[in-house]
Amino acid sequence: MRSLLKLTWVEAKLFFREPQALFFTLIFPLILLFVYGGVYGNKSNPMFGGFGMVDVSVPSYTAMIIATSGLISISVIVATYREAKILRRFKATPLSPLHLLTADVIVIFFMTAVGMMLLVVVAKLVFGLRFFGNALSFAGAFVISCASFFSLGFILCGLIRTARTAQIVSMALFFPMILLSGATIPIETMPEYIRNYARFIPLTYVVKLLKGFWFGDSWSQHQTELVVLTVMFVVGLLITAKTFRWE
Amino acid sequence: MQKDTAIQVEKLHKSYGKLTAVQDISFSVRKNEIFGIVGPNGAGKTTTIECLEGLRSPDKGLVRVLGLDPQKNRRSLHERIGVQLQESRIASQIKVWEVLDLYTALYSRTVDYKDLLEKLQLSQVRSRFYSRLSGGQKQRLFIALSLINDPEIVFFDELTTGLDPQARRVIWDLVREVNESGKTVVLTTHFMEEAERLCDRVLIMDHGRIITLDSPENLVKKLGAEHKIIFSIKGRVQIESFNELATVEKVSVFRDKVTISGKDQRLLADVVNHLIERRIPYYDLQTQQPNLDDVFISLTGKEIRK
Ligand SMILES: Nc1ncnc2c1ncn2[C@@H]1O[C@H](COP(=O)(O)OP(=O)(O)OP(=O)(O)O)[C@@H](O)[C@H]1O
Ligand SMILES: [Mg+2]
Repeated sequence: MRSLLKLTWVEAKLFFREPQALFFTLIFPLILLFVYGGVYGNKSNPMFGGFGMVDVSVPSYTAMIIATSGLISISVIVATYREAKILRRFKATPLSPLHLLTADVIVIFFMTAVGMMLLVVVAKLVFGLRFFGNALSFAGAFVISCASFFSLGFILCGLIRTARTAQIVSMALFFPMILLSGATIPIETMPEYIRNYARFIPLTYVVKLLKGFWFGDSWSQHQTELVVLTVMFVVGLLITAKTFRWE
Repeated sequence: MQKDTAIQVEKLHKSYGKLTAVQDISFSVRKNEIFGIVGPNGAGKTTTIECLEGLRSPDKGLVRVLGLDPQKNRRSLHERIGVQLQESRIASQIKVWEVLDLYTALYSRTVDYKDLLEKLQLSQVRSRFYSRLSGGQKQRLFIALSLINDPEIVFFDELTTGLDPQARRVIWDLVREVNESGKTVVLTTHFMEEAERLCDRVLIMDHGRIITLDSPENLVKKLGAEHKIIFSIKGRVQIESFNELATVEKVSVFRDKVTISGKDQRLLADVVNHLIERRIPYYDLQTQQPNLDDVFISLTGKEIRK
Protein backbone atom coordinates (compact mmCIF):
# COMPACT_ATOMS: atom_id res chain seq x y z
CA MET A 1 0.00 0.00 0.00
CA ARG A 2 2.80 2.36 0.96
CA SER A 3 4.56 1.51 -2.30
CA LEU A 4 1.41 2.19 -4.34
CA LEU A 5 0.94 5.58 -2.71
CA LYS A 6 4.56 6.56 -3.25
CA LEU A 7 4.47 5.34 -6.85
CA THR A 8 1.32 7.31 -7.55
CA TRP A 9 2.90 10.43 -6.13
CA VAL A 10 6.07 10.00 -8.20
CA GLU A 11 4.10 9.23 -11.38
CA ALA A 12 2.02 12.37 -10.81
CA LYS A 13 5.19 14.46 -10.61
CA LEU A 14 6.50 12.80 -13.78
CA PHE A 15 3.22 13.63 -15.53
CA PHE A 16 3.72 17.31 -14.75
CA ARG A 17 7.24 17.16 -16.17
CA GLU A 18 5.99 15.73 -19.47
CA PRO A 19 5.00 18.73 -21.61
CA GLN A 20 3.06 16.89 -24.31
CA ALA A 21 0.58 15.09 -22.09
CA LEU A 22 0.19 18.19 -19.97
CA PHE A 23 -0.57 20.36 -22.99
CA PHE A 24 -3.30 18.14 -24.41
CA THR A 25 -4.90 17.51 -21.04
CA LEU A 26 -4.87 20.98 -19.54
CA ILE A 27 -4.05 23.66 -22.14
CA PHE A 28 -5.49 22.55 -25.48
CA PRO A 29 -9.12 22.42 -24.25
CA LEU A 30 -8.74 25.96 -22.87
CA ILE A 31 -7.40 27.20 -26.22
CA LEU A 32 -10.43 25.73 -28.00
CA LEU A 33 -12.70 27.26 -25.38
CA PHE A 34 -11.26 30.73 -25.91
CA VAL A 35 -11.34 30.44 -29.71
CA TYR A 36 -14.94 29.23 -29.99
CA GLY A 37 -16.21 31.08 -26.94
CA GLY A 38 -14.52 34.25 -28.19
CA VAL A 39 -16.19 34.00 -31.60
CA TYR A 40 -19.68 32.82 -30.61
CA GLY A 41 -19.98 33.78 -26.94
CA ASN A 42 -22.53 31.84 -24.90
CA LYS A 43 -25.77 33.30 -26.24
CA SER A 44 -28.81 31.06 -26.68
CA ASN A 45 -28.63 29.51 -30.12
CA PRO A 46 -31.50 27.65 -31.82
CA MET A 47 -28.98 25.36 -33.51
CA PHE A 48 -27.97 24.01 -30.06
CA GLY A 49 -31.54 23.65 -28.86
CA GLY A 50 -31.54 27.03 -27.22
CA PHE A 51 -28.30 26.53 -25.27
CA GLY A 52 -25.12 28.54 -25.80
CA MET A 53 -21.95 27.53 -27.67
CA VAL A 54 -19.93 27.24 -24.47
CA ASP A 55 -22.66 25.21 -22.74
CA VAL A 56 -22.51 22.66 -25.53
CA SER A 57 -18.75 22.73 -25.93
CA VAL A 58 -17.64 22.03 -22.35
CA PRO A 59 -19.03 18.46 -22.18
CA SER A 60 -17.65 17.84 -25.68
CA TYR A 61 -14.19 19.07 -24.75
CA THR A 62 -14.39 16.85 -21.68
CA ALA A 63 -14.80 13.94 -24.09
CA MET A 64 -11.71 15.14 -25.91
CA ILE A 65 -9.70 15.18 -22.68
CA ILE A 66 -10.80 11.61 -22.00
CA ALA A 67 -9.64 10.61 -25.48
CA THR A 68 -6.26 12.26 -24.85
CA SER A 69 -5.78 10.31 -21.64
CA GLY A 70 -6.95 6.99 -23.01
CA LEU A 71 -5.34 7.01 -26.42
CA ILE A 72 -2.22 9.11 -25.98
CA SER A 73 -1.15 9.23 -22.33
CA ILE A 74 -1.60 5.55 -21.52
CA SER A 75 -0.04 4.10 -24.65
CA VAL A 76 2.91 6.49 -24.67
CA ILE A 77 3.69 6.01 -20.97
CA VAL A 78 3.58 2.22 -21.14
CA ALA A 79 5.55 2.05 -24.40
CA THR A 80 8.20 4.34 -22.92
CA TYR A 81 8.49 2.16 -19.83
CA ARG A 82 9.00 -0.86 -21.99
CA GLU A 83 11.44 0.68 -24.40
CA ALA A 84 13.55 2.42 -21.80
CA LYS A 85 13.81 -0.82 -19.81
CA ILE A 86 12.33 0.92 -16.83
CA LEU A 87 10.04 -2.02 -16.15
CA ARG A 88 13.04 -4.36 -16.05
CA ARG A 89 14.52 -2.47 -13.13
CA PHE A 90 11.22 -2.63 -11.25
CA LYS A 91 11.01 -6.33 -11.99
CA ALA A 92 14.09 -6.81 -9.83
CA THR A 93 12.27 -5.43 -6.78
CA PRO A 94 9.43 -6.92 -4.73
CA LEU A 95 7.03 -4.51 -6.48
CA SER A 96 4.27 -6.11 -8.51
CA PRO A 97 4.22 -4.60 -12.02
CA LEU A 98 0.46 -4.38 -11.68
CA HIS A 99 0.99 -1.73 -9.00
CA LEU A 100 2.89 0.37 -11.47
CA LEU A 101 0.01 0.30 -13.97
CA THR A 102 -2.48 0.97 -11.19
CA ALA A 103 -0.50 4.03 -10.14
CA ASP A 104 -0.47 5.27 -13.72
CA VAL A 105 -4.20 4.73 -14.19
CA ILE A 106 -4.89 6.62 -10.96
CA VAL A 107 -2.69 9.52 -12.03
CA ILE A 108 -4.08 9.71 -15.54
CA PHE A 109 -7.66 9.51 -14.28
CA PHE A 110 -6.94 12.24 -11.77
CA MET A 111 -5.36 14.45 -14.44
CA THR A 112 -8.36 13.91 -16.72
CA ALA A 113 -10.63 15.09 -13.92
CA VAL A 114 -8.36 18.07 -13.25
CA GLY A 115 -8.43 18.95 -16.95
CA MET A 116 -12.22 18.91 -16.92
CA MET A 117 -12.51 20.95 -13.74
CA LEU A 118 -10.11 23.56 -15.00
CA LEU A 119 -12.18 23.83 -18.16
CA VAL A 120 -15.43 24.13 -16.23
CA VAL A 121 -14.11 26.76 -13.85
CA VAL A 122 -12.62 28.92 -16.61
CA ALA A 123 -15.74 28.59 -18.78
CA LYS A 124 -17.92 29.57 -15.85
CA LEU A 125 -15.84 32.58 -14.85
CA VAL A 126 -15.18 33.88 -18.37
CA PHE A 127 -18.23 32.85 -20.39
CA GLY A 128 -20.94 32.21 -17.80
CA LEU A 129 -21.19 28.46 -18.41
CA ARG A 130 -24.49 26.87 -17.29
CA PHE A 131 -25.06 23.33 -16.03
CA PHE A 132 -28.54 21.76 -16.32
CA GLY A 133 -27.96 18.21 -15.12
CA ASN A 134 -27.31 16.21 -11.99
CA ALA A 135 -23.66 16.43 -10.89
CA LEU A 136 -23.59 12.84 -9.61
CA SER A 137 -24.99 11.38 -12.83
CA PHE A 138 -22.54 13.40 -14.84
CA ALA A 139 -19.66 12.15 -12.69
CA GLY A 140 -20.91 8.60 -13.26
CA ALA A 141 -20.96 9.10 -17.01
CA PHE A 142 -17.46 10.57 -16.78
CA VAL A 143 -16.11 7.52 -14.95
CA ILE A 144 -17.73 5.07 -17.39
CA SER A 145 -16.28 6.99 -20.33
CA CYS A 146 -12.81 6.99 -18.80
CA ALA A 147 -12.94 3.26 -18.08
CA SER A 148 -13.96 2.57 -21.64
CA PHE A 149 -11.28 4.74 -23.23
CA PHE A 150 -8.47 3.73 -20.89
CA SER A 151 -9.25 0.16 -21.81
CA LEU A 152 -8.91 1.15 -25.47
CA GLY A 153 -5.52 2.66 -24.66
CA PHE A 154 -4.36 -0.63 -23.17
CA ILE A 155 -5.26 -2.46 -26.38
CA LEU A 156 -2.82 -0.14 -28.14
CA CYS A 157 -0.17 -0.94 -25.52
CA GLY A 158 -0.51 -4.61 -26.32
CA LEU A 159 -0.10 -4.04 -30.04
CA ILE A 160 2.59 -1.37 -30.06
CA ARG A 161 6.21 -2.02 -29.13
CA THR A 162 8.07 1.28 -29.25
CA ALA A 163 7.38 4.72 -27.81
CA ARG A 164 7.74 6.30 -31.22
CA THR A 165 5.11 4.10 -32.84
CA ALA A 166 2.87 4.73 -29.84
CA GLN A 167 3.13 8.48 -30.44
CA ILE A 168 2.36 8.18 -34.13
CA VAL A 169 -0.43 5.62 -33.93
CA SER A 170 -2.19 7.29 -31.03
CA MET A 171 -2.06 10.69 -32.74
CA ALA A 172 -3.30 9.18 -36.00
CA LEU A 173 -6.31 7.81 -34.12
CA PHE A 174 -6.78 10.83 -31.90
CA PHE A 175 -7.18 13.64 -34.42
CA PRO A 176 -9.79 12.12 -36.74
CA MET A 177 -11.62 10.94 -33.65
CA ILE A 178 -11.88 14.33 -31.99
CA LEU A 179 -12.73 16.05 -35.28
CA LEU A 180 -15.46 13.67 -36.44
CA SER A 181 -17.10 12.76 -33.14
CA GLY A 182 -18.27 16.25 -32.27
CA ALA A 183 -15.71 16.53 -29.48
CA THR A 184 -14.28 19.73 -30.90
CA ILE A 185 -16.53 20.98 -33.70
CA PRO A 186 -20.20 20.58 -32.73
CA ILE A 187 -21.69 17.67 -34.64
CA GLU A 188 -24.78 19.79 -35.34
CA THR A 189 -22.74 22.04 -37.63
CA MET A 190 -21.49 19.18 -39.78
CA PRO A 191 -22.89 17.91 -43.07
CA GLU A 192 -25.18 14.89 -43.04
CA TYR A 193 -22.69 12.35 -44.47
CA ILE A 194 -20.09 13.07 -41.79
CA ARG A 195 -22.74 12.64 -39.13
CA ASN A 196 -23.35 9.16 -40.51
CA TYR A 197 -19.69 8.25 -40.14
CA ALA A 198 -19.67 9.49 -36.57
CA ARG A 199 -21.61 6.36 -35.58
CA PHE A 200 -18.48 4.29 -36.12
CA ILE A 201 -16.26 6.44 -33.97
CA PRO A 202 -16.11 5.33 -30.33
CA LEU A 203 -15.67 8.85 -29.04
CA THR A 204 -19.06 9.86 -30.46
CA TYR A 205 -20.71 7.80 -27.73
CA VAL A 206 -18.75 9.58 -25.03
CA VAL A 207 -19.71 12.95 -26.49
CA LYS A 208 -23.39 12.00 -26.64
CA LEU A 209 -23.41 10.58 -23.12
CA LEU A 210 -21.64 13.52 -21.48
CA LYS A 211 -23.68 16.09 -23.38
CA GLY A 212 -26.89 14.31 -22.48
CA PHE A 213 -26.08 14.27 -18.78
CA TRP A 214 -24.90 17.87 -18.91
CA PHE A 215 -28.38 18.89 -20.00
CA GLY A 216 -30.22 16.71 -17.52
CA ASP A 217 -31.03 13.54 -19.48
CA SER A 218 -31.79 10.38 -17.53
CA TRP A 219 -29.87 7.10 -17.66
CA SER A 220 -32.66 5.37 -19.59
CA GLN A 221 -32.31 7.87 -22.44
CA HIS A 222 -28.73 6.74 -23.09
CA GLN A 223 -28.88 2.97 -23.12
CA THR A 224 -27.12 2.72 -26.51
CA GLU A 225 -24.14 4.77 -25.35
CA LEU A 226 -23.90 2.87 -22.06
CA VAL A 227 -23.99 -0.48 -23.81
CA VAL A 228 -21.39 0.51 -26.42
CA LEU A 229 -19.01 1.93 -23.83
CA THR A 230 -19.38 -1.05 -21.50
CA VAL A 231 -18.74 -3.47 -24.34
CA MET A 232 -15.64 -1.48 -25.33
CA PHE A 233 -14.42 -1.63 -21.75
CA VAL A 234 -14.87 -5.38 -21.45
CA VAL A 235 -13.48 -6.22 -24.89
CA GLY A 236 -10.51 -3.95 -24.20
CA LEU A 237 -9.76 -5.75 -20.94
CA LEU A 238 -9.99 -9.17 -22.60
CA ILE A 239 -7.69 -8.20 -25.48
CA THR A 240 -5.26 -6.56 -23.08
CA ALA A 241 -5.11 -9.65 -20.91
CA LYS A 242 -4.20 -11.67 -24.00
CA THR A 243 -1.75 -9.32 -25.71
CA PHE A 244 -0.11 -7.26 -22.97
CA ARG A 245 3.64 -7.81 -22.44
CA TRP A 246 5.87 -6.24 -19.86
CA GLU A 247 8.98 -6.32 -22.03
CA MET B 1 23.24 -26.72 0.57
CA GLN B 2 26.09 -25.96 2.92
CA LYS B 3 25.85 -23.25 5.49
CA ASP B 4 28.41 -20.97 3.92
CA THR B 5 27.03 -21.33 0.41
CA ALA B 6 25.21 -18.24 -0.90
CA ILE B 7 24.40 -19.50 -4.38
CA GLN B 8 24.23 -22.96 -5.83
CA VAL B 9 23.89 -23.67 -9.54
CA GLU B 10 23.61 -27.14 -11.01
CA LYS B 11 23.42 -27.91 -14.71
CA LEU B 12 21.87 -24.57 -15.58
CA HIS B 13 20.74 -24.53 -19.19
CA LYS B 14 19.15 -21.73 -21.19
CA SER B 15 18.57 -21.29 -24.89
CA TYR B 16 16.79 -18.69 -26.99
CA GLY B 17 15.20 -20.59 -29.85
CA LYS B 18 18.04 -22.36 -31.61
CA LEU B 19 20.75 -20.41 -29.87
CA THR B 20 22.09 -22.00 -26.71
CA ALA B 21 23.23 -19.20 -24.43
CA VAL B 22 24.18 -21.26 -21.36
CA GLN B 23 25.02 -24.97 -21.49
CA ASP B 24 24.71 -27.07 -18.34
CA ILE B 25 26.92 -25.02 -16.10
CA SER B 26 27.44 -25.77 -12.40
CA PHE B 27 29.16 -23.70 -9.74
CA SER B 28 28.58 -22.27 -6.32
CA VAL B 29 29.29 -18.96 -4.64
CA ARG B 30 30.40 -18.78 -1.02
CA LYS B 31 29.01 -16.32 1.45
CA ASN B 32 30.95 -13.08 1.69
CA GLU B 33 33.15 -13.55 -1.35
CA ILE B 34 33.49 -11.39 -4.45
CA PHE B 35 32.70 -13.74 -7.29
CA GLY B 36 33.47 -12.70 -10.85
CA ILE B 37 32.08 -13.98 -14.13
CA VAL B 38 34.34 -13.08 -17.03
CA GLY B 39 33.98 -13.71 -20.74
CA PRO B 40 33.79 -12.07 -24.16
CA ASN B 41 30.60 -10.60 -25.68
CA GLY B 42 27.83 -13.15 -25.94
CA ALA B 43 29.53 -15.61 -23.59
CA GLY B 44 26.34 -15.94 -21.54
CA LYS B 45 27.26 -13.84 -18.51
CA THR B 46 24.08 -11.78 -18.42
CA THR B 47 21.93 -14.82 -19.07
CA THR B 48 23.56 -16.62 -16.15
CA ILE B 49 23.39 -13.74 -13.68
CA GLU B 50 19.77 -12.92 -14.58
CA CYS B 51 18.75 -16.54 -14.02
CA LEU B 52 20.17 -16.14 -10.51
CA GLU B 53 18.26 -12.90 -10.03
CA GLY B 54 14.98 -14.50 -11.06
CA LEU B 55 14.61 -12.24 -14.10
CA ARG B 56 15.01 -15.05 -16.64
CA SER B 57 13.70 -18.55 -16.32
CA PRO B 58 16.17 -21.39 -16.90
CA ASP B 59 15.14 -24.17 -19.30
CA LYS B 60 16.75 -26.82 -17.14
CA GLY B 61 18.84 -27.09 -14.03
CA LEU B 62 18.72 -26.12 -10.42
CA VAL B 63 19.35 -22.64 -9.02
CA ARG B 64 19.30 -21.79 -5.32
CA VAL B 65 20.02 -18.32 -4.07
CA LEU B 66 20.08 -17.97 -0.28
CA GLY B 67 18.31 -21.31 -0.30
CA LEU B 68 15.44 -19.96 -2.43
CA ASP B 69 14.32 -20.88 -5.91
CA PRO B 70 14.48 -17.55 -7.80
CA GLN B 71 11.51 -18.51 -9.99
CA LYS B 72 9.19 -19.70 -7.24
CA ASN B 73 10.17 -17.31 -4.47
CA ARG B 74 10.88 -14.22 -6.49
CA ARG B 75 9.33 -11.71 -4.12
CA SER B 76 11.02 -12.95 -0.99
CA LEU B 77 14.32 -13.28 -2.84
CA HIS B 78 14.10 -9.72 -4.12
CA GLU B 79 13.69 -8.48 -0.57
CA ARG B 80 17.11 -9.96 0.20
CA ILE B 81 19.19 -9.27 -2.91
CA GLY B 82 20.34 -6.11 -4.66
CA VAL B 83 20.58 -5.88 -8.41
CA GLN B 84 22.27 -3.66 -10.96
CA LEU B 85 21.33 -4.61 -14.53
CA GLN B 86 23.49 -4.31 -17.62
CA GLU B 87 20.60 -2.80 -19.52
CA SER B 88 18.14 -0.70 -17.63
CA ARG B 89 17.22 2.86 -17.00
CA ILE B 90 14.92 4.86 -14.85
CA ALA B 91 12.59 7.64 -15.91
CA SER B 92 14.70 10.50 -17.24
CA GLN B 93 12.67 13.23 -15.54
CA ILE B 94 13.02 11.84 -12.05
CA LYS B 95 15.37 13.34 -9.48
CA VAL B 96 18.05 11.35 -7.69
CA TRP B 97 16.47 11.65 -4.24
CA GLU B 98 13.03 10.83 -5.65
CA VAL B 99 14.16 7.49 -7.08
CA LEU B 100 15.82 6.54 -3.81
CA ASP B 101 12.77 7.63 -1.86
CA LEU B 102 10.54 5.60 -4.18
CA TYR B 103 12.69 2.47 -3.92
CA THR B 104 12.70 2.84 -0.14
CA ALA B 105 8.94 2.38 -0.24
CA LEU B 106 9.20 -0.83 -2.29
CA TYR B 107 11.02 -2.88 0.35
CA SER B 108 9.97 -3.91 3.81
CA ARG B 109 13.46 -3.36 5.28
CA THR B 110 15.69 -0.53 4.11
CA VAL B 111 18.62 1.65 5.05
CA ASP B 112 18.46 5.45 5.15
CA TYR B 113 19.00 6.65 1.61
CA LYS B 114 20.70 9.82 2.84
CA ASP B 115 23.59 7.71 4.11
CA LEU B 116 23.84 6.04 0.72
CA LEU B 117 23.91 9.42 -1.04
CA GLU B 118 26.74 10.41 1.25
CA LYS B 119 28.70 7.20 0.82
CA LEU B 120 28.32 7.17 -2.97
CA GLN B 121 29.18 10.87 -3.27
CA LEU B 122 25.81 11.74 -4.74
CA SER B 123 24.76 14.32 -2.14
CA GLN B 124 25.62 17.23 -4.41
CA VAL B 125 23.42 15.94 -7.21
CA ARG B 126 20.52 14.75 -5.06
CA SER B 127 18.09 17.16 -6.76
CA ARG B 128 19.35 16.62 -10.27
CA PHE B 129 17.30 14.83 -12.94
CA TYR B 130 18.48 11.34 -13.85
CA SER B 131 18.99 12.42 -17.47
CA ARG B 132 21.47 15.10 -16.36
CA LEU B 133 23.83 12.73 -14.53
CA SER B 134 27.24 11.69 -15.85
CA GLY B 135 27.89 8.03 -16.64
CA GLY B 136 29.75 7.52 -13.36
CA GLN B 137 27.01 9.23 -11.36
CA LYS B 138 24.31 7.11 -13.01
CA GLN B 139 26.26 3.97 -12.18
CA ARG B 140 26.72 5.09 -8.56
CA LEU B 141 22.98 5.77 -8.39
CA PHE B 142 22.34 2.21 -9.58
CA ILE B 143 24.70 0.95 -6.88
CA ALA B 144 22.75 3.00 -4.35
CA LEU B 145 19.49 1.46 -5.56
CA SER B 146 20.97 -2.02 -5.29
CA LEU B 147 21.95 -1.35 -1.65
CA ILE B 148 18.77 0.33 -0.46
CA ASN B 149 17.33 -2.86 1.05
CA ASP B 150 20.57 -3.79 2.84
CA PRO B 151 20.81 -6.96 0.73
CA GLU B 152 22.74 -10.12 1.58
CA ILE B 153 23.90 -10.59 -2.01
CA VAL B 154 24.53 -7.85 -4.58
CA PHE B 155 24.66 -8.56 -8.32
CA PHE B 156 26.56 -6.19 -10.59
CA ASP B 157 26.36 -6.80 -14.36
CA GLU B 158 29.10 -4.82 -16.09
CA LEU B 159 29.22 -2.10 -13.55
CA THR B 160 32.16 -0.24 -15.07
CA THR B 161 31.68 -0.69 -18.82
CA GLY B 162 31.78 2.71 -20.49
CA LEU B 163 33.38 4.51 -17.55
CA ASP B 164 36.72 6.29 -17.66
CA PRO B 165 39.63 4.74 -15.73
CA GLN B 166 39.26 7.12 -12.82
CA ALA B 167 35.53 6.57 -12.36
CA ARG B 168 36.24 2.85 -12.63
CA ARG B 169 38.67 2.98 -9.73
CA VAL B 170 36.14 4.83 -7.58
CA ILE B 171 33.63 2.07 -8.30
CA TRP B 172 36.19 -0.63 -7.43
CA ASP B 173 36.70 0.91 -4.01
CA LEU B 174 32.95 1.01 -3.52
CA VAL B 175 32.58 -2.64 -4.44
CA ARG B 176 35.29 -3.56 -1.92
CA GLU B 177 33.53 -1.52 0.74
CA VAL B 178 30.24 -3.24 0.01
CA ASN B 179 31.95 -6.59 0.36
CA GLU B 180 33.70 -5.58 3.58
CA SER B 181 30.36 -4.64 5.09
CA GLY B 182 29.54 -8.36 4.92
CA LYS B 183 27.74 -8.70 1.61
CA THR B 184 28.36 -11.34 -1.02
CA VAL B 185 29.11 -9.78 -4.41
CA VAL B 186 28.58 -11.42 -7.80
CA LEU B 187 29.82 -9.37 -10.74
CA THR B 188 30.39 -9.77 -14.45
CA THR B 189 33.03 -7.88 -16.36
CA HIS B 190 34.95 -7.61 -19.61
CA PHE B 191 37.98 -6.26 -17.82
CA MET B 192 40.54 -8.77 -16.70
CA GLU B 193 42.20 -6.17 -14.54
CA GLU B 194 38.92 -5.59 -12.75
CA ALA B 195 38.43 -9.28 -12.08
CA GLU B 196 42.02 -9.65 -10.92
CA ARG B 197 41.89 -6.72 -8.54
CA LEU B 198 38.46 -7.32 -7.06
CA CYS B 199 37.51 -10.95 -7.15
CA ASP B 200 38.25 -13.73 -4.71
CA ARG B 201 37.33 -16.22 -7.40
CA VAL B 202 36.83 -15.85 -11.12
CA LEU B 203 34.68 -17.94 -13.42
CA ILE B 204 35.82 -17.68 -17.01
CA MET B 205 33.15 -18.60 -19.54
CA ASP B 206 32.79 -18.64 -23.30
CA HIS B 207 30.07 -19.97 -25.60
CA GLY B 208 27.86 -20.69 -22.61
CA ARG B 209 30.33 -23.03 -20.94
CA ILE B 210 32.63 -22.71 -17.96
CA ILE B 211 36.26 -22.75 -19.04
CA THR B 212 37.76 -22.52 -15.60
CA LEU B 213 36.98 -21.35 -12.09
CA ASP B 214 39.57 -20.43 -9.46
CA SER B 215 41.20 -17.55 -7.62
CA PRO B 216 43.09 -15.09 -9.87
CA GLU B 217 46.41 -16.12 -8.26
CA ASN B 218 45.84 -19.80 -8.86
CA LEU B 219 44.75 -19.20 -12.42
CA VAL B 220 47.95 -17.34 -13.13
CA LYS B 221 50.04 -19.97 -11.32
CA LYS B 222 48.35 -22.81 -13.17
CA LEU B 223 49.03 -21.10 -16.46
CA GLY B 224 52.74 -21.50 -15.77
CA ALA B 225 53.57 -18.38 -17.69
CA GLU B 226 56.93 -16.67 -17.42
CA HIS B 227 57.93 -13.86 -15.12
CA LYS B 228 60.30 -11.44 -16.75
CA ILE B 229 62.84 -9.09 -15.22
CA ILE B 230 64.24 -6.37 -17.42
CA PHE B 231 67.04 -3.93 -16.52
CA SER B 232 69.65 -1.83 -18.26
CA ILE B 233 73.41 -1.91 -17.74
CA LYS B 234 76.20 0.49 -18.58
CA GLY B 235 79.42 -0.60 -20.27
CA ARG B 236 80.76 -4.14 -20.31
CA VAL B 237 79.29 -6.24 -17.58
CA GLN B 238 79.56 -9.96 -16.98
CA ILE B 239 76.01 -11.29 -17.12
CA GLU B 240 76.62 -14.96 -17.91
CA SER B 241 76.76 -15.62 -14.18
CA PHE B 242 72.95 -15.25 -14.00
CA ASN B 243 72.66 -18.63 -15.69
CA GLU B 244 74.04 -20.19 -12.52
CA LEU B 245 70.88 -19.21 -10.58
CA ALA B 246 68.42 -22.08 -10.23
CA THR B 247 65.32 -20.03 -10.97
CA VAL B 248 66.68 -18.45 -14.13
CA GLU B 249 65.68 -20.14 -17.36
CA LYS B 250 66.81 -17.70 -19.99
CA VAL B 251 69.05 -14.66 -20.24
CA SER B 252 69.10 -12.41 -23.27
CA VAL B 253 70.76 -9.12 -24.06
CA PHE B 254 69.71 -6.52 -26.57
CA ARG B 255 71.94 -3.41 -26.69
CA ASP B 256 72.13 -2.35 -23.04
CA LYS B 257 68.91 -4.13 -22.05
CA VAL B 258 69.03 -7.44 -20.22
CA THR B 259 65.95 -9.68 -20.00
CA ILE B 260 65.90 -12.57 -17.58
CA SER B 261 62.95 -14.95 -17.50
CA GLY B 262 61.76 -17.93 -15.48
CA LYS B 263 58.57 -19.52 -14.18
CA ASP B 264 59.37 -19.50 -10.48
CA GLN B 265 57.94 -16.66 -8.42
CA ARG B 266 61.26 -16.37 -6.50
CA LEU B 267 63.01 -15.23 -9.67
CA LEU B 268 62.89 -11.55 -8.76
CA ALA B 269 64.46 -12.02 -5.33
CA ASP B 270 67.22 -14.21 -6.77
CA VAL B 271 68.08 -11.79 -9.54
CA VAL B 272 68.15 -8.73 -7.32
CA ASN B 273 70.30 -10.51 -4.73
CA HIS B 274 72.70 -11.49 -7.45
CA LEU B 275 72.93 -7.93 -8.75
CA ILE B 276 73.79 -6.68 -5.28
CA GLU B 277 76.25 -9.47 -4.40
CA ARG B 278 78.20 -9.04 -7.61
CA ARG B 279 77.92 -5.25 -7.41
CA ILE B 280 76.60 -5.04 -10.94
CA PRO B 281 75.59 -1.45 -11.76
CA TYR B 282 72.05 -1.50 -13.15
CA TYR B 283 69.23 0.95 -13.69
CA ASP B 284 65.57 1.00 -14.87
CA LEU B 285 64.69 -2.36 -13.38
CA GLN B 286 61.20 -3.56 -14.34
CA THR B 287 59.27 -6.75 -13.83
CA GLN B 288 56.56 -8.32 -15.97
CA GLN B 289 54.23 -10.70 -14.24
CA PRO B 290 51.75 -12.87 -16.09
CA ASN B 291 48.21 -11.69 -15.42
CA LEU B 292 44.65 -12.85 -16.03
CA ASP B 293 44.81 -11.42 -19.53
CA ASP B 294 47.45 -14.02 -20.39
CA VAL B 295 45.35 -16.72 -18.76
CA PHE B 296 42.36 -15.66 -20.76
CA ILE B 297 44.17 -15.57 -24.06
CA SER B 298 45.79 -18.92 -23.50
CA LEU B 299 42.47 -20.52 -22.50
CA THR B 300 40.13 -19.06 -25.10
CA GLY B 301 42.63 -18.29 -27.83
CA LYS B 302 41.33 -14.79 -28.22
CA GLU B 303 41.91 -11.40 -26.78
CA ILE B 304 39.10 -9.94 -24.71
CA ARG B 305 37.46 -6.75 -25.89
CA LYS B 306 38.91 -3.74 -24.11
N1 LIG C 1 16.53 -12.16 -24.84
C1 LIG C 1 17.32 -12.79 -25.75
N2 LIG C 1 16.77 -13.31 -26.87
C2 LIG C 1 17.54 -13.95 -27.78
N3 LIG C 1 18.87 -14.12 -27.66
C3 LIG C 1 19.47 -13.62 -26.57
C4 LIG C 1 18.72 -12.93 -25.56
N4 LIG C 1 19.58 -12.54 -24.60
C5 LIG C 1 20.79 -12.97 -24.98
N5 LIG C 1 20.73 -13.62 -26.16
C6 LIG C 1 21.87 -14.26 -26.86
O1 LIG C 1 22.44 -15.20 -25.97
C7 LIG C 1 23.85 -15.14 -26.01
C8 LIG C 1 24.39 -14.83 -24.64
O2 LIG C 1 24.01 -13.53 -24.30
P1 LIG C 1 24.36 -12.81 -22.93
O3 LIG C 1 23.69 -11.49 -22.93
O4 LIG C 1 24.05 -13.72 -21.81
O5 LIG C 1 25.94 -12.64 -23.07
P2 LIG C 1 26.93 -11.73 -22.24
O6 LIG C 1 28.06 -12.61 -21.85
O7 LIG C 1 26.23 -11.03 -21.16
O8 LIG C 1 27.42 -10.72 -23.36
P3 LIG C 1 27.87 -9.18 -23.20
O9 LIG C 1 29.27 -9.23 -22.76
O10 LIG C 1 27.74 -8.65 -24.58
O11 LIG C 1 26.95 -8.54 -22.24
C9 LIG C 1 24.21 -14.10 -27.06
O12 LIG C 1 24.50 -14.76 -28.25
C10 LIG C 1 22.96 -13.27 -27.18
O13 LIG C 1 22.82 -12.79 -28.50
MG1 LIG D 1 25.98 -9.11 -20.66
